[in-house]
Amino acid sequence: MTREERIEALKKAAKERILILDGAMGTMIQRYKLDESGYRGERFKDHSHDLKGNNDLLVLSQPKIISEIHNAYFEAGADIAETNTFNAQAISQADYGLEDIAYEMNVAAAKLAREAADAWTTKTPDKPRFVAGAIGPTNRTASISPDVNNPGFRNVSFDALVEAYSTQARGLIEGGVDIILIETVFDTLNAKAAGYAVEQVFDELGVHLPIMISGTITDLSGRNLSGQTPEAFWYSMQHLEPFSIGLNCSFGAEQLRPSVDEIARVAGTYVSVYPNAGLPNEMGEYDESPEFMAGLLEDWAKNGLINIVGGCCGTTPDHIRAIAAAVAKYKPRKLPKVEHKLRLSGLEPFVHG
Amino acid sequence: MTNAAQNFVMVGERTNVTGSARFRKLIEADDYAAALEVARQQVESGANMLDVNMDEGMLDSEQAMTTFLNLLAAEPDISRVPVMIDSSKWSVIEAGLKCVQGKAVVNSISLKEGEEPFLDHARKVRRYGAAVVVMAFDEKGQAETVERKFDICRRAYKLLTEKVGFPPEDVIFDPNIFAVATGIEEHNDYGRAYIEATRRIKAELPYVHVSGGVSNLSFAFRGNERVREAMHSVFLYHAIQAGMDMGIVNAGQLTLYDDIEPELRELVEDVILNRRPDATDRLLEAAERYRGGGAQKKEADLSWREKPVRERLVHALVHGIGTYIEADTEEARAAAERPLHVIEGPLMDGMNVVGDLFGSGKMFLPQVVKSARVMKQAVAYLMPFMEKEKEELGLTQGEPAGKILLATVKGDVHDIGKNIVGVVLQCNNYEVTDLGVMVPAQKILDTAREKKVDIIGLSGLITPSLDEMCHVAAEMEREGFDLPLLIGGATTSRVHTAVKISPNYHRSQAIYVTDASRAVGVVSGLMSPQERPKAIAKVREEYRSMAESYARGQAEKARTAIADARANKLKFDWANYTPPKPTFLGTRTFRAYDLAELSRYIDWTPFFHAWELKGTYPRILEDDKYGEASRQLFEDAQAMLSQLIKEKWLTANAVVGFWPANSVGDDIELYADESRKKAIATLHTLRQQMARDGGRANLALADFIAPKDSGLADYVGGFAVTAGIGEEDVARRFERANDDYSKIMVKALADRLAEAFAEALHEKVRRELWAYAPDEKLGNEELIAETYAGIRPAPGYPAQPDHTEKGTLFRLLDAEKATGVKLTESYAMWPAAAVSGLYFSHPDSAYFGIGKIGRDQVEDYAVRKGWVIEEAERWLAPILNYDPKLIAEAAA
Repeated sequence: MTREERIEALKKAAKERILILDGAMGTMIQRYKLDESGYRGERFKDHSHDLKGNNDLLVLSQPKIISEIHNAYFEAGADIAETNTFNAQAISQADYGLEDIAYEMNVAAAKLAREAADAWTTKTPDKPRFVAGAIGPTNRTASISPDVNNPGFRNVSFDALVEAYSTQARGLIEGGVDIILIETVFDTLNAKAAGYAVEQVFDELGVHLPIMISGTITDLSGRNLSGQTPEAFWYSMQHLEPFSIGLNCSFGAEQLRPSVDEIARVAGTYVSVYPNAGLPNEMGEYDESPEFMAGLLEDWAKNGLINIVGGCCGTTPDHIRAIAAAVAKYKPRKLPKVEHKLRLSGLEPFVHG
Repeated sequence: MTNAAQNFVMVGERTNVTGSARFRKLIEADDYAAALEVARQQVESGANMLDVNMDEGMLDSEQAMTTFLNLLAAEPDISRVPVMIDSSKWSVIEAGLKCVQGKAVVNSISLKEGEEPFLDHARKVRRYGAAVVVMAFDEKGQAETVERKFDICRRAYKLLTEKVGFPPEDVIFDPNIFAVATGIEEHNDYGRAYIEATRRIKAELPYVHVSGGVSNLSFAFRGNERVREAMHSVFLYHAIQAGMDMGIVNAGQLTLYDDIEPELRELVEDVILNRRPDATDRLLEAAERYRGGGAQKKEADLSWREKPVRERLVHALVHGIGTYIEADTEEARAAAERPLHVIEGPLMDGMNVVGDLFGSGKMFLPQVVKSARVMKQAVAYLMPFMEKEKEELGLTQGEPAGKILLATVKGDVHDIGKNIVGVVLQCNNYEVTDLGVMVPAQKILDTAREKKVDIIGLSGLITPSLDEMCHVAAEMEREGFDLPLLIGGATTSRVHTAVKISPNYHRSQAIYVTDASRAVGVVSGLMSPQERPKAIAKVREEYRSMAESYARGQAEKARTAIADARANKLKFDWANYTPPKPTFLGTRTFRAYDLAELSRYIDWTPFFHAWELKGTYPRILEDDKYGEASRQLFEDAQAMLSQLIKEKWLTANAVVGFWPANSVGDDIELYADESRKKAIATLHTLRQQMARDGGRANLALADFIAPKDSGLADYVGGFAVTAGIGEEDVARRFERANDDYSKIMVKALADRLAEAFAEALHEKVRRELWAYAPDEKLGNEELIAETYAGIRPAPGYPAQPDHTEKGTLFRLLDAEKATGVKLTESYAMWPAAAVSGLYFSHPDSAYFGIGKIGRDQVEDYAVRKGWVIEEAERWLAPILNYDPKLIAEAAA
């Protein structure tokens, strides 16, 4: 299939059923118990910085592992795999002295996911598989000062974010992704910069891919780190006319539900959610069982709240299998009709008209 | 409201270096802290958005914009509202867009330099995710005439929607407000031209908005604020009617149209509407007479100021005087060993006196709430000292008597009573967490757990809230809570609590609380570990026997079968009756209705009830027991009322509609036009089923409308009014100032104004709009006593207890768009200061109550509404003459 055909197939599938996104990448990588030399592999064995923990590098140093994980999720029933590129941009990679290979990482990551997806599409032609190029928030915030004594200070600018994100988006698209996923948005200004970059790269390459956007709520106040409510967040991102809007990570499904509800009520586009496997326990582990999490998400599906569902931190192929089975019999959320009103936002939404 | 639909968006103008010399000086001096205070003040006085402009030759405008917006982002009280990034330089706009995470508005772009730059800027604005103001400015210059203004806007509209894909609802046109009365003849028509251009833009360019910078208009009268304010107010009055829905104004400094002296108003109106050639001269001549002015305050008895500080504090608390509280508190603090001792000493002494007087019926709620305001001020003053002590010496600061969580349940918006309970509990040293209105069950429970509260209190006014309270009780049971659950609010009752809520919650007990004065007694009984089990056991026993006798009573109330009730409907002599025809069909909207006019229609009696002063106005002012408190309250109310009218704290909007209608059985069919062929809606009504004898009919509202088979052309009307647009912002402002008294007062006044509006509008309907009683002349008492012809029953009230009928009514009226009132999922109106209902014109139509109804009618009603029976039973729960649960069990 060409990319255009895959995008059509994606839109068709979204009309018919609830789509399944894959689960956690980091949790699966941990199972391989890689040490410093494992992360370095052959190519980076003499690199100047420590590389243990740089999961995004594994697409170059341990590509087999990443392919195995993609396969495991597709085997469990995922429709969409996320590329292993959460931190694969120059700003985050600078911590490892690897800012110069950000483009290469994204191309390689997209290719690995593409190969796995195409193999599965051949195996199950009635269930085509898709690849979403994951764009994370970076490790800096564009609208919050890191210095409490100087609230006007910023350690990253909009322009710097646009530059880093542009390189990442170009790599992902040229590597073959079907979707751009701007995810785990903790600061909406970072996400706006990502959206700006992605649209610029679309223009430059003459393509247009569906954009998925997923924010994250940082505490039980129900706001993101930069202080916006879910509805305000949606209004800030609406101009990208995204394929879907939703929330991920944060906490378990139960705690996330009111925030997703708030978005689902006002968003005239698909709604996605991929929560953690509960809240971390005393040991810092996520321990909601596949059945428990699937039970919670089934209730959402039953109530017609969601279009796309998957898992974040702590989830495994078993979780995705259980979730896919639990939501299979329910229809996807119907899009609400949204009136023509001026919808602005500060930290809070403002609707007029 | 989350943040409320507003009919006129006020954009705060003071954070603009070109418009405010003070702000410019602050920015030039790098005093950003003070500049932020200007922004905060704008938001607090009700600005819905902040216009930020740094266009000044001496400034690095890009840098100033970036610095200010970055600092603003760190102030959640300010950055909760959207920003309008205002500059004539694209580079400054772009610098601003790179700093805001919210969806902002760009002010402005234009066709000044042709289509290419315009399209390029518009595409970028969209890519940055902002809405846009477009000036009526093209290659030839700024548009001055109606035609040019409109043509440019239409051209921009086509380019934006067709070439850029810009959503039209994100487009705001600014058709240029220029100075009038400058002495130059060509300027005379500028005001009228803006207004007329606005009218055409709104009529022909769908979904767009119209804005403008109002203060330009009066530039010729710099220094004469009185005339300038009058000009702004008259201009806005006309422009808003023409469709202007956004303005850059000094929020909180607008005079009311009707408060302007008639002479000045006419002079100004002549200028703005360009009604006579000598208008400017006449206004200039008169302007000198209208400079400045201000009223004198009356002297107060200050002898208590001579007493020692301890007595002064007690006096201030008992009399609710906040003027000197900070100085007195400081004096007491300086003399005390620890700041906490001031609270535990004189302040608590004072509050104990208040509590004793309240307990013995010598002080009343409004006075107590005022005392609480003074107490909060004193405590707020001491807080920093206590924090410091805690930090430096690690000393702990007194424990509250208990922690109480209060909330108005999901779907409901009414909170005056709940606020009063909160204040009274705080006066008694309870820590109160008030979650506000429309609070979902999960949030109540999560907060209760997180804050480790001792008691949860729920409030609600409309009937669907009763169901939600049952749900909260059931969720508390499910999640393993064992805290007492207090129930209060207008539709709640001891019986409902005993029969419906209590069975959902066994781990502890749901307890009904009559009113705020009882709350403290109930709560303190539940706080003591020894007393709690006893108190709960007592309530449980009482509710058990109440539920039993209720069940016995149920069986006895026989209902007439619905078929028989229908046979006994009210039969008018339709053959000899011609229904009056309204003067128009369809809807008509009234925006920003004159509040001064409405205040004359206020029925004050319910206002005193809201404050738990039981009596009838005006007699209550002379009442032996309540007189003094009532007079004081009334005086405060009058003062706030005239201030809120003058400063336009609230906006009153209404919509009225009339439709051809005929009854079909118990339903009323509404038609698109006089041909009566196409039904556009059906209003469902319910019928009384009490056993009747001796000629009294079993009524339904449908009986007041001519039946379809009578062949008569009859009509029905509908309305929705609010006086609460802006109420939440004002209330929040008072809340932040620790002033619960004013917060409750403004809500109570908004409620009264909304009711007054319904009354005033009904009179207008009878005399002018439906005009079936053109000569009616009634005084306010007669209006309150409802001696007029025709009725205006509201869905959710006794004649039609089904709240969901409001959905149909709102759709017909397009009421949300027309008035800014929304319906919650329980069909409560939000803002709460709102009234809606139907109009019936038949001279013999009358108010009545449906009473309890039988399952046969519920089944029939469910079919008519397209519901399953369970849904009908849920919405009609308060009027069912049977227990659906028992029927379901019997069937199973």
